[in-house]
Amino acid sequence: AYKRFSELLPKEERENARSARVPKSQILTLPELRANPFQHRICRVFSTSDDGDDSMSFEDFLDMLSVFSDSATSEIKSHYAFRIFDFDDDGTLDRKDLEKLVNCLTGQGEESRLSNAEMEQLIQNILEESDIDKDGTINLSEFQHVVSRSPDF
Amino acid sequence: DCQQADIKYLSGWKQWKRTSSKSLKKVLNEVKELSSYLKLWRHDIHSIEGKFGTGIQSYFSFLRFLVLLNFIIFILMFSFVTLPSIISKYGIFNSSFAKIPLENIAPHCTVYKPNDNKGLVYFYTYLKDLLSGTGFLEVTSLFYGYYTIDAAWLSVLRYNLPLAYLLATFAYLALSLLWIIKRSVEGFKQNLVHAEDQFQSYCNKVFAGWDFCITDPHAARLKHRSLQYELQTDLEEERLKRKIADRTMKEKLRIYSLRIFINIIVLAVLSGCFYSIYRATVFSQENSNVSIGHDIRTDANLLVQYLPSIVITLANFIAPQIFSFLIGFEDYSPAFEIRLTLMRCVFVRLANIGVLLFSLWSQISYCATDKCKACGYNYELYPCWESEVGQEMYKLMIFDFIIILAVTLFLDFPRMLLVTHCSCKPVQWCGLQEFGISDNVLEIIYGQTICWIGTFFSPLLPAIATIKYFIIFYIKKISLMHTRKPAARPVRASSSNFFFLVVLLIGLLLAFIPLGISIAHIPSSKACGPFRSFNTSWAVVPATILGFPTGLQQVLHGIASEAFAVPFFMVICLVMFYFIALAGAHKRVVEQLREQLAMVRFDPLFCTPKV
Repeated sequence: AYKRFSELLPKEERENARSARVPKSQILTLPELRANPFQHRICRVFSTSDDGDDSMSFEDFLDMLSVFSDSATSEIKSHYAFRIFDFDDDGTLDRKDLEKLVNCLTGQGEESRLSNAEMEQLIQNILEESDIDKDGTINLSEFQHVVSRSPDF
Repeated sequence: DCQQADIKYLSGWKQWKRTSSKSLKKVLNEVKELSSYLKLWRHDIHSIEGKFGTGIQSYFSFLRFLVLLNFIIFILMFSFVTLPSIISKYGIFNSSFAKIPLENIAPHCTVYKPNDNKGLVYFYTYLKDLLSGTGFLEVTSLFYGYYTIDAAWLSVLRYNLPLAYLLATFAYLALSLLWIIKRSVEGFKQNLVHAEDQFQSYCNKVFAGWDFCITDPHAARLKHRSLQYELQTDLEEERLKRKIADRTMKEKLRIYSLRIFINIIVLAVLSGCFYSIYRATVFSQENSNVSIGHDIRTDANLLVQYLPSIVITLANFIAPQIFSFLIGFEDYSPAFEIRLTLMRCVFVRLANIGVLLFSLWSQISYCATDKCKACGYNYELYPCWESEVGQEMYKLMIFDFIIILAVTLFLDFPRMLLVTHCSCKPVQWCGLQEFGISDNVLEIIYGQTICWIGTFFSPLLPAIATIKYFIIFYIKKISLMHTRKPAARPVRASSSNFFFLVVLLIGLLLAFIPLGISIAHIPSSKACGPFRSFNTSWAVVPATILGFPTGLQQVLHGIASEAFAVPFFMVICLVMFYFIALAGAHKRVVEQLREQLAMVRFDPLFCTPKV
């Protein structure tokens, strides 16, 4: 893992890779993240930088790899997945978050988005299935409950 | 520093326990990793998963499972049946040959002169024998007729070969059954939860829909499109369901009568297939056998020999096309349409094998003369009928393999070359073919059913099946990588795994029927094979039991009698009802808890301010 991380840094900084921070643009060149529609959210969630530029240090990189590895527990994965899907960082998944999530899944570009009526129907169905306390948003425990029943997660 | 302070006060014993458990866990993890490296084709399947998604990857891991299963079956049959026979033939142990027939068997039943083409033969004859299992192949250990040893003696121990043959057959059937059930248990649990109420399909698709293993941007674009397509289809299905619920009586009547009519057409198509297979088998058998009296075997055309295989393959190809055309008229929801077509295709493929075997048996047991009735089977044409059946299964398997090779070479690659180099409109509109997962799976399940049925008649067939599936893996992988585009409709891995195993299980259960009839009902041939001195192949078991000490005999008789079987069956029913009731109770508890969670929000005791 250290090798992959140091490959992302420009040559001069490779010696003290442990303390360096890799800018977001470099991280997005990783093949696993390149094709991922949630790439920006992933960088945002795992980055601990104070100035909000989403750069990642080696510890952040390790965090990200450990969460995505096969041996992470489902609880950790669902916790981080919740944070990734929460586009406005307010701690719950409300209608706007769900709408952005579905748009990410179906792809960028105008012709690949669902129509408004379909989006409404879909969000209605999602909330019906997972919102237990019927408050119109999905909080962390509801999300974890839904995900624990899902075989493909 | 808190942690450090704690560690200082841990006794030496606890520290040692903690470090040893940590190192044990580490060792176990490394062993698991190492064993995953040893898994066959691990890297190939991983790359397929990355490029084409988990649905297609499940097909390839299913193929890998079949290779392993066939290999184990081969090892089983080889070590218990073939190896002792070969060792005995080379005279290492003292063995008695079952050449002495029973007193009440007419001598004409025991004449069997296979034409083994020794000496100089034309290359064409050699090739023909290789492809149809006759000639020099017929007398090898590939077929049933080779196993003539009655018992092999190792100093004082007597190795009862007929019993071993029969028990090895039961063993490989039981092994396959248990292994498939074990693999399908996980999928079954998920399916049980999901089938009862589709309460999470949308959440599943949205939260768990993205396949994080995809690394190729082209594949990612396809995944986006497939997700969009899937979501749209589901929403449309929901709208359709609401529409169906609002149907009027008149419309319902019209639709039901249309469905009955189409089912009649389906039945007609099926009977057409079965009848043509029956006629082809009868024709092929009639034209490739002459009675022993003439002492010549007609040089049967290879085409006539392979006629049943050709007809079956044609039927397997045409019938699904007809079914998918017809189902458009029946106005079902899309998911049900797919399932029904699949079920019909499965039925066609497996029933075709059954019809072939049935027509073979009607030929074998057809007895006009009294002499023939004394043997119990048609001794003139089929002195060693098990080898004949084995040859038919062998031909089916070889032909199946040839067809898969031919389709890949002569259909897929030219199509790909055409699409990449010719830019005219109709060709581009046709485009590359999708990788039809269900078609491919049905193909290999069909091959596996043949293998299961055929192994009793031809003990080395699993080896051929192992090699065949091994080569098919590489063929399919190359064909997939170069000539196919990913499917527009994605198939979810968890449900498809379960579906493959269910159909495989159906194939296995269907394979029990012909084997059961062959072993227990049809008299074994008296001219060849290990069961010469018995009436039927099954008769070796009662004969062995009679040789046991009286106490053991009585116990076994007791187990097989009604006095034991009926209470046993009732106890099993009770256990099953108990588990069903338990599952129902759990479901009710889950419902109640969900309702309570919803109520908690309004309860002033539990109300927490929203953060």
